[in-house]
Amino acid sequence: MRSLPFLLISLALGAAAFAGAMSLGNDYIFFAGYVVLQYVVLSTAWNILGGYCGYVNFGSAAFFALGAYSTVAVYQSVEAYEFPHVVPVPILILVGGVVSGIIGLGMGYLTLRLRGAFFAIATLALAVVLQTLVVNWDFVGGSRGAYIIRPETIGPIGAYVRYLALLMLLLAIGSLNVARLIERSRLGYGFATIRDDEQAAEAAGVPTLRLKLIATTISGALMGMAGAPFPYYIGYLQPSSTFGLDYAVNSIAMPLIGGTTSWVGPLIGTLLLGSLQQYVTVTISSAANLLVVGGLLVFFVVLAPNGIIGLFHKYLQRKPDDFVGRRRIDPEAPAGTAAPASDAASGSAP
Amino acid sequence: MTDLLQIDNLGKRFGGFVALENISLSVPAGERLGLIGPNGSGKSTLVNCICGTLRNEQGSVRFGGRTLDGLAAHQRTRLGLARSFQLPRPFVSLNLMDNIRIPLLYTVEARGAHHSTGDIDDHCHRLLGEVGLEQKARQLPRDLTQVEMRKLELARAMAAEPKLLIADEAMAGLTHSEIEDILALLVRLNEQGVTVILIEHIMSAVMSFSRRLVVLVSGRKIADGPPDAVMRDPEVERAYLGQ
Repeated sequence: MRSLPFLLISLALGAAAFAGAMSLGNDYIFFAGYVVLQYVVLSTAWNILGGYCGYVNFGSAAFFALGAYSTVAVYQSVEAYEFPHVVPVPILILVGGVVSGIIGLGMGYLTLRLRGAFFAIATLALAVVLQTLVVNWDFVGGSRGAYIIRPETIGPIGAYVRYLALLMLLLAIGSLNVARLIERSRLGYGFATIRDDEQAAEAAGVPTLRLKLIATTISGALMGMAGAPFPYYIGYLQPSSTFGLDYAVNSIAMPLIGGTTSWVGPLIGTLLLGSLQQYVTVTISSAANLLVVGGLLVFFVVLAPNGIIGLFHKYLQRKPDDFVGRRRIDPEAPAGTAAPASDAASGSAP
Repeated sequence: MTDLLQIDNLGKRFGGFVALENISLSVPAGERLGLIGPNGSGKSTLVNCICGTLRNEQGSVRFGGRTLDGLAAHQRTRLGLARSFQLPRPFVSLNLMDNIRIPLLYTVEARGAHHSTGDIDDHCHRLLGEVGLEQKARQLPRDLTQVEMRKLELARAMAAEPKLLIADEAMAGLTHSEIEDILALLVRLNEQGVTVILIEHIMSAVMSFSRRLVVLVSGRKIADGPPDAVMRDPEVERAYLGQ
């Protein structure tokens, strides 16, 4: 397989980027980089369900927050025994992943029969339900929020935020590898058939139900993993911002801008939009960064519905081998043009 | 011959509308069965009940000696029951090769076969060659004509290596020579041992293909037998031509 070289190359690139950031000697790059990398994980995770399977999830914030709040829950439980910080962050990331993965699986089961807008609304509802639960759960801080006291420094790399950024970098590399692996496997083909036509997929032997559950679980788990280190990054976790619309909107906008049909799309979209947001936050105002997302999203949805990847293929004037059409409702798709013609010809028997 | 497909007293309702009523039908292995009936007579509903797209409320479907009730559509496909859709439903974002690859990956391989990617590629090419689409292997379904789309639909059903193939109006809207092409393809499949149920409005095609004819009218089976005898049946004449 070509997956191993890809993993090694991505690790080498990651190491180079991290070493470069270390050599700058400024912690701001880690503060900003953490957020961008976190969105790489979120948008890649969103894309596994939204881009590959065609199921639009508006509840990314809920999965992200689940990861963050499982960290708080673990932190609080450990603190009760007066051993703060004994749980290493990588373990917390795994815990967050497991919790969100299980909720992802549960969401998959509950929303199996829903498609399109209805699925999206159900995921939005999930976010509201979870937020309400957290707000009323005193153990994790309730509506007051929760404080996490993190160490100042860690080992040889210095400031703790560098350590968090390194973990997030590894997580981003991991999720990109997972996404790429899925794309090139039997699973990826199965996901594409779900996106295109579930009935035809079943007729071809694809267990659509099982694949959808796999997708919601993997996607949810990765989002939770992205959220788990967040309390350590932010220091004070508040329900309204952790469940904020930013996460949901960004994790949809980034893949859409980059292109949803391959792992490269979310990466490009995130690097572009995420960095731009960081730049705008510093130079103009933090409120303006959502405006940037909105503006770019409108631009891409209207002018380049297949994202930057789509533009790139168009520019090259060739059709990529696979994973081109993103949605069934595509003006050029044959489904729409074929149906009425043959319907008229054959008459429609039930 | 043993019965490959056996349907007992099958019934299906949509609310108050009875789509199928007490349908019983057995299809021996190797049969070439034509299924005809006016629009709305329940042909496609019957196919959907056999293939698991719809759940029948009454009766049972047995295939290869096994009861299918409660099995999902993909499980039935893996048992050897393939269908083509009345309106072609290709996977629009996958090229033709990959459209064929899906049943190979998910049905043939799921039965326990293990082929390398190269073998599967060759197999896809061979199947596309059989329906004359080899040249377009790397193109997307949107580049196909209506006829080619129907051929792709058949090739995808064939790729699942079925014991029983249900071709649901595979020829509607095609020209005479195109119909001949598809008929020849179906006959060839049948000679290789695949049982074929052909649902069709084009009578010349049905009559030349079928060895046995079943007629559905308003959700009931009104005739079943050799094609010539069935066509002379006064009840069938009444259903088709009026009194």
